[in-house]
Amino acid sequence: MRVEGRARVLGDRINTDYIIASARKKESLDPAHLRTWLLEAVDPDFAASVEPGDILVAGDAFGCGSAMEVAVTVVQAAGIRAVLARSFARTYFRNAINNGLLPVTCDTSGITEGSRLTLEVTPGATRVRDRTRGTDIAADPFPPFVLDLLEAGGLVPWLRGGGAFGDPA
Amino acid sequence: MSEGFGGTTAERILSARAGRPARAGDLVVCTPDLVLGTDGSTPMALDYFEAMGGGPVARPDRVLLARDHYSPPTSAATRAFHDRMAAFAEESGVGLLPVGGGIGFQVALETGRVKVGDLVVGADSHTVMCGAVGAFATGIGSADLAGALRTGRVWLRVPASWRIVLDGRLPTGTGAKDAALDMVRRLGPDAAAWTSLEFHGPGADALPVEERMVLSNMSAEAGAMAGIFPSRRGPGAPSADAVYAREIRLDLGALEPQVALPHDPTHSVAVAEAAGTAVDFVFLGTCTGGRVHDFREACRVLEAGGGIAPGVTVVVTPPTAHVRAALRADGTLAALEAMGAHVTETGCGPCCGTSPLVPPDGARVISTANRNFKARMGPATASIWLASPATCAAAASRGRIVDPRDVA
Ligand code: SF4
Repeated sequence: MRVEGRARVLGDRINTDYIIASARKKESLDPAHLRTWLLEAVDPDFAASVEPGDILVAGDAFGCGSAMEVAVTVVQAAGIRAVLARSFARTYFRNAINNGLLPVTCDTSGITEGSRLTLEVTPGATRVRDRTRGTDIAADPFPPFVLDLLEAGGLVPWLRGGGAFGDPA
Repeated sequence: MSEGFGGTTAERILSARAGRPARAGDLVVCTPDLVLGTDGSTPMALDYFEAMGGGPVARPDRVLLARDHYSPPTSAATRAFHDRMAAFAEESGVGLLPVGGGIGFQVALETGRVKVGDLVVGADSHTVMCGAVGAFATGIGSADLAGALRTGRVWLRVPASWRIVLDGRLPTGTGAKDAALDMVRRLGPDAAAWTSLEFHGPGADALPVEERMVLSNMSAEAGAMAGIFPSRRGPGAPSADAVYAREIRLDLGALEPQVALPHDPTHSVAVAEAAGTAVDFVFLGTCTGGRVHDFREACRVLEAGGGIAPGVTVVVTPPTAHVRAALRADGTLAALEAMGAHVTETGCGPCCGTSPLVPPDGARVISTANRNFKARMGPATASIWLASPATCAAAASRGRIVDPRDVA
């Protein structure tokens, strides 16, 4: 799996309420509609400036706070396929994989706004290349079944399409 | 089995259930021994299950669904959730507790469904309580629950383990709830997010299972993935070369009764600092403060304190049918009722605002539960303090927070 895009740099502890405000969720739960307010608490102009293919780049504990899945699907509705973070909140990491959003754990400290990034994810190895700086960043790998799941678009389409967790025992 | 793989308790149990060595940070597919769902999470999981194409449940004998959060149902919508779960159980053969049967994971512990070294997953964050008997138990989402129904499996990221060493013995007048509130304050709300808390030391060994359940339960408030009292020699016992990311020592012997202030379970203080705070609604129950001895202790303190103070509402919710029957049989419920307490239907009661009797607007609540976020029990204008059954009962007898050692 290969993802190329422009870095959109965020800070530490971006919680799910910053990603999409609870008050907005009262109006609708449709991610295609909610994407208009993506990350408005961080920057009210953010949503309008997102281009399909952008990659979110965050610090620690991305996605902390409530476990609402819409905090993942609204990011996808904006055309974002991957999030890089120094660490993810546990529920956000789960929800991202279960919905087909690529959550890459790596040292994001040197990545600057607008940098060109290439992610190459193969079974057992994840490579992050910052083409603007010309550096490679070490990232946590994914096993094959998670890649299958991500490529299928999440747990539901993967299982519907006949996906099966390999026999573990 | 697990003996074949070394590591921490989390690593050993997840290795055994994945059939290969699993190390902290790895993503693994595991076969859980028990899969739990509630009426809060199962209806959405059934939507996912249908979207996945439905079909038979892979291991119906390993599934237990509980109708505990809406017990009894108070709306057409919640009754429809219960009916849908009943129809699904009928069709698929999964286990289903009756309405009034109790909180699923506590029933699972009471009935011996959870064994040392087991892997338990449940679509409820307090599933971690099952770690009290040496199991790895963790919360999952509704999509995961659907996947587990369909495949009998679940994917997990193996957590790093923190070794929590408990020294000393709980002093008279304090209980495991005080230790749990003290622990989550020290750990903070998220530092332990990707970790398994594993309890060791003489203090851990001396704690009865009912008390261990409280510390395992409130590991969730520290954000932990699991809170385990590992077996010393059996399945899941750590190997000698196990690597822990951190070691933290807690001295139970130095503990004072604790009170968590509104609106954060990690904001606890010694009871002396909160003493005098007026309260008008006292809740005894939940998966945290819901063992038979908790209600007996509360009843004893209330009696010693001369009964319920004027103007205070006391709500008692036995969390399981077993607890209710024991408290009926020994006269505890009758004694509480005679003092004017309201005993509700079995289950979660007003803990998360879904069942009667929910506190009124502006209520000043002290509760034996684990969470006190704003609007947790319904009204956003209510304030909730958290404490042990003894401290809650002492407050009920005075209409204000007081050191339980001064009452009983
Ligand atoms: S008693 Fe409260 S914390 Fe426990 S399962 Fe029920 S709602 Fe959750």
